[in-house]
Amino acid sequence: MPVSDRPSHPTSPPALAAFRPLVRGIACTIVPEAVSLDEKAWADFERLTDAALGDRPPALQRRLQLFLRAIDWLPLLRFGRRFHSLQPAQRARFLAGLENHVVQLIRSGFWGLRTLVLLGYYGRPEAAAAIGYHADPRGWEAQR
Amino acid sequence: MKERAYDIVIVGSGAGGGTVAQELSPLCRDGLRIAVLEKGPKLRDAEFTGKEFEMARVLYEEGGGFLTTEATMTLAFGSAYGGSTAVYTGTSLLPPARVLRNWNVPGLTLEEVERRAQKFKTQNNVHLIEDDLINENNRLFVAGCRRLGWQVGQFPVSVKGCRGSSLCNLGCPNQAKQGTDRVQLPQAERNGVEVVTRCEVLRLEEKKLFVRVAAKPDGAKGEPSPWEPGEYSISAKMVVVSGGAVNSPALLLRSGFGGSLPRLGHGFTAHPALIVVAEHDRPITNFVGHPKSFYLDQFAESDRFVLETCMYFPFITAKSLAGFGDAHSSFMRAYPRLQMILVLACDHVEERNRVTIDDAGRPVVHYHFTTDVRRALVRGAVASARIFFAAGARRVHLPMVDPSTVEANETVRLERIAEEAPFLLGKVTVSAAHLQGGCAMGRTSADSVTDPFGRVHGFPWLRVADASLFPNSVEINPYLTIMSLADRVAEKIREEVRTL
Repeated sequence: MPVSDRPSHPTSPPALAAFRPLVRGIACTIVPEAVSLDEKAWADFERLTDAALGDRPPALQRRLQLFLRAIDWLPLLRFGRRFHSLQPAQRARFLAGLENHVVQLIRSGFWGLRTLVLLGYYGRPEAAAAIGYHADPRGWEAQR
Repeated sequence: MKERAYDIVIVGSGAGGGTVAQELSPLCRDGLRIAVLEKGPKLRDAEFTGKEFEMARVLYEEGGGFLTTEATMTLAFGSAYGGSTAVYTGTSLLPPARVLRNWNVPGLTLEEVERRAQKFKTQNNVHLIEDDLINENNRLFVAGCRRLGWQVGQFPVSVKGCRGSSLCNLGCPNQAKQGTDRVQLPQAERNGVEVVTRCEVLRLEEKKLFVRVAAKPDGAKGEPSPWEPGEYSISAKMVVVSGGAVNSPALLLRSGFGGSLPRLGHGFTAHPALIVVAEHDRPITNFVGHPKSFYLDQFAESDRFVLETCMYFPFITAKSLAGFGDAHSSFMRAYPRLQMILVLACDHVEERNRVTIDDAGRPVVHYHFTTDVRRALVRGAVASARIFFAAGARRVHLPMVDPSTVEANETVRLERIAEEAPFLLGKVTVSAAHLQGGCAMGRTSADSVTDPFGRVHGFPWLRVADASLFPNSVEINPYLTIMSLADRVAEKIREEVRTL
């Protein structure tokens, strides 16, 4: 993965380091194809999400960590289990509840998390190619 | 702290700053020292790879995802040599006459804006793309509109030798797009203007700037700054602020000008936009060819929206589709069959929408969605659906409704959506790239930040030249208007610089 020259916070561990299994579980609900990612692909996914999040203000990173903790534990109230123990359909129902929640802040929090997951998945060139995206700097010439 | 001295310092190198730099550059021959300070890097030609995450991260502020305080909209603005002209599509329109009338800036007429724009149309090779280079994503938009009896317009664009990479928003990998990075800045440099990249302006004092030059990180794209990394104090007889509608007001606010300029940061508008996607039965040419060739503005006055053709990259597309799971993936897997339209709301100045700063002096953008803006986005999305279906699409994704997929035979449902205007903020991806206002032109400090020539009220040494000057929404893609106003600001500076 290319190194960017945008400021990140390299001295601190990635904001999502403590949430890897949870984020992978969420990712597989948001993008069902993610269940077939191998370790290298997950490493690429995590490099992208760490880099993107590392560029963002520390306060935003802390809010996301808090939101992830809530996702981990809140299913206890509704399903009697933490997120990682839920069946795929339960996970989807729970996340859909966040996406359509009456409180805008919760909807926005889920939107941010969903955006990060989609970046991790579709930001990988392999995923872009798999959906048929083959843009080429040579433009028309490359299509002919 | 190191020290430097110039006659004129321009902050920012986009459509405003780049234009001012070129227009003032002949003064260098008379011995004047002029510098442009740009926060972002200058990339080498070979470094424009067209890769989505890599390029967005390098060329945009916060990777193109700068969030408003309400976390309901992201703002995309460039941070590189050439500013946002490094990442725009080259669309070069002038505003309708009603916009200039509504702005009511003393002495500023559409005729003058047009006259000044003509120079840049020539310099930047603004023209209509040849018919045989237009892809099906664009042609289907035209076909759909015509079947509905709607009048489309073709965008004049500033490109030269476009190969149709479709990667304009990631920086043209073929150097075909003629932004200030390709035209005005190189000309200014040839005439003697210094351009200092990786140089962030921390604050201003009277005829003085305090800046920080960043080192180029190991392995990063771009050239190192021509200056050694570190902090500098720069004296200047005149300062022109051209950092854009977010960074210009923020710089002036953190420099303490807010006390005497009560309108500083106010009047922010953005053309909030969402992407609507449709699937056809067959693959169409979409990720090849110039992405933005046509627009529809006949509803701008009545329903406050404008539609534009567009084609976005996989991550942006995924983000723009609401929901998740199988339904979301099925649209993504249809990528080669997708047609896209960008819906832009013509928002107007709203007292709550403004730029402020946080405790550290960083810009904070407050944006409240009015009922009119939400309705405009919904009606624009429904109009897009009609265009898609008229062009033969099988199904359309409308991000504001649940379920988000609308089939071709659901005309009654479409009518209902348009009337009910559902819109869950925070769920629907809304972004904006036409950021305007914050240092508006006007008459006095009671109604504006600058006079009609970008002179900041009460500070004759301080000028503004960028989209932050707009007193209200320009209602079309803003670049040519920015360049015209920057030309106007530069002309006045040329008249006055000797007297400072």
